[in-house]
Amino acid sequence: MERVGISRLQAMAAAMVMAAAPSLSRAQGAPVEQLRKELESMRKQLQQMQKKLDDQDAVIRKLSKEPTAPPAAVAEPATPPATPPAPPPVVATAREPWSPAAPIRILSGSRGYLNLSFDGLADAGWSTNPDVTALQRGDHDPLQRGFTIPNAEIVLNGAVDPYFTGVANVVFKLDEDNETSVELEEMYLQTSSLPWNLQVKGGQYLTEFGRINQQHPHAWDFVDQPLIIGRMFGPEGLRNPGARLSWLLPLPFYSELLGSVQNSNGGTAFPFRNAEDELFGRTPIDRNVRGPGDLLYAPRWVSSFDLSDSQTVVAGLSGAFAPNASGRSNYTQVYGGDVYWKWKPSWQSGGFPFVSFQTEALGRRYEAGASNGLPAEALYDWGLYSQALYGFTQRWVAGLRADWVSGDAGAFKDDENRADRFRTSPNLTFYPTEFSKLRLQYNYDHGQLLGDDSSVWVQVEFLLGEHAAHKF
Amino acid sequence: MRTLLTMTLLLALASQPGGAADHLKVVATTADLGAIAATVGGDDAEVTSVARPTEDPHFVDAKPSFIRLLNQADVLIEGGAALEAGWLPPLLDSARNPRIAVGAPGRIVASEAVDLKDVPSRLDRSLGDVHPYGNPHYLLDPVNGRLVAGAIARGLCAVDGAHCDTYTANAARFTAALDAKLPEWQQALAAARGQKIVSYHKNFDYLAERFGLEVVGNLEPKPGIPPSPTHLAELVPRMQTAKVRAILIEPYRERQTPDFVATKTGAQIVVLPIMPEGRDYIAFIDQDVRALAKALAPS
Repeated sequence: MERVGISRLQAMAAAMVMAAAPSLSRAQGAPVEQLRKELESMRKQLQQMQKKLDDQDAVIRKLSKEPTAPPAAVAEPATPPATPPAPPPVVATAREPWSPAAPIRILSGSRGYLNLSFDGLADAGWSTNPDVTALQRGDHDPLQRGFTIPNAEIVLNGAVDPYFTGVANVVFKLDEDNETSVELEEMYLQTSSLPWNLQVKGGQYLTEFGRINQQHPHAWDFVDQPLIIGRMFGPEGLRNPGARLSWLLPLPFYSELLGSVQNSNGGTAFPFRNAEDELFGRTPIDRNVRGPGDLLYAPRWVSSFDLSDSQTVVAGLSGAFAPNASGRSNYTQVYGGDVYWKWKPSWQSGGFPFVSFQTEALGRRYEAGASNGLPAEALYDWGLYSQALYGFTQRWVAGLRADWVSGDAGAFKDDENRADRFRTSPNLTFYPTEFSKLRLQYNYDHGQLLGDDSSVWVQVEFLLGEHAAHKF
Repeated sequence: MRTLLTMTLLLALASQPGGAADHLKVVATTADLGAIAATVGGDDAEVTSVARPTEDPHFVDAKPSFIRLLNQADVLIEGGAALEAGWLPPLLDSARNPRIAVGAPGRIVASEAVDLKDVPSRLDRSLGDVHPYGNPHYLLDPVNGRLVAGAIARGLCAVDGAHCDTYTANAARFTAALDAKLPEWQQALAAARGQKIVSYHKNFDYLAERFGLEVVGNLEPKPGIPPSPTHLAELVPRMQTAKVRAILIEPYRERQTPDFVATKTGAQIVVLPIMPEGRDYIAFIDQDVRALAKALAPS
């Protein structure tokens, strides 16, 4: 087929040359006899080409009529040396002649410059506490009795050029009054070819602190975010515009050092220079950036080992340091440690079965300023969550999570942002395919101030477009 | 602090590629590619495969240890056709290795060397998890193994010209051995030619076509969708009418459905590895062909 196309092209080219040649010769004032000769030879050439073309057409026709005919196609091997009783020889199946209805074959690579996907999450359920937001502190958690749309996410990504990849993550959600709000959750450029195992990321991004803080809600294994994440980093987690440098250490195992510099202000830097929320009884002040020391610094070190062919462990240490808005010279330090372990046997089918365990512990020191009659004091908060998942059969995952948060006594009493709380959440998730999920979760809550509550949530997810690969 | 800085600097220098690279570091995503690469690379290449040969290649975990592996690779051989789409991209993102970037000489996409079957003319997930670029399980056809060996030899030559002659010779030797085996395999399955078979997933289509077997159905109603009672109720009588004698399944599949269908239809379950466990691709095909021939032998 391709050959025919080429010879047709050649014929056309020859015809064009023919048409142009006489006028050229005339312009040069060549004798008529010479002109006639040239014309004659060209006509001969054209006839030869036409014959070749017809021959090839015949071959094609023959091949397409008898797809098992021996002539080997271009990519096929020569017929192997046939041993006497060799049954039907290894032959090429002739390629079908092309027709406009035939699919265009693209063997590899993406079909566009941009990968586009949409992810929709919806929650439904009931809680014994009518004020659901008192229990669920995350902005992407179920927010009320009945229905919540916590996350409708448009993800765009692709290679920008040979030097960068780009990611944009725009999230729509409905608040408890069903009003739509939009967040530019992430939008960053990442280098793809820096030397010395370095990589730089710049833009708006989820800070690489621990494991959950980097994940988008649809990647969570539970309906809601862990309590400790809400307590340490607020309803939106920690994310802000900034730049991050990472270095993959030249060690025999995986080990990566990351350092991030981000803005330290706003609700997405909750315990830091956040003038939006009144924290721990203190009225926040507008604190400007006086120098680089007033930005947010977040280092992380993460390593991983394969304990065996089927078991892997990842462990990390993270920190986040920035000024806070309770005074002119007050700072906040958050520390975290995370461990993830997973077992997935060498005979897994469809990703099942598997068992995983994940825990993150975080601690915070908040230098609270003197405000509203409260003294200057250092407030210490800590807590952890642990979760275990068991993909017991194809498409089914059972999970159990325990949350615990606590803090020392401060001058500001009865603060729900610092009171002891415990929560336990068993759940069951069914994945019809990789592109959808149905989840049922029960939360038993016990809060020092909130008392006891039970909630049942159902979560549905669907994904359109390119399926983003899972990070480990 | 100063010692820390010095150490960091030393480590940074050590992380620079080059140095004492006497072996070409080749990473193959799956074991079949790894086996062919090891044969073509011979003593001049150190080949590691990412996916374990016995696991479902669609659902490999993107373990961080692979990041380091890919970071140091001189060559990456991928199956292509979106087989690794669920786990390779984040690994490559983190591996930050321009030697194996898309389009670099060190990136070999094996699917580019073969003619893929079942390229969908439309993309619609209500049809199941269809591979958008065609069926990627092409290496069960030994003729494709031959084409991939050629592509790997060309790829290794592009990266390591000094050993090009060795790679070319190794590939030629592999091809000759394969060509010698082909008639033998055709012979072994000669009696089975034209027989109808059923497979769990569309994993054996290339193998079936090469040896003249007809796949009349899959236990999966649609690619990637587990068998349903409705589908089996339709499939079982169809298998009985077509006199299907073999149900081909991969070693990692559940056995409940195949057992049920086998009991209902009298067909035999044939467990065929889809990846070589060792480094011998020809022996692996040989093993599969013999198992298939045995199951389909005239009774």
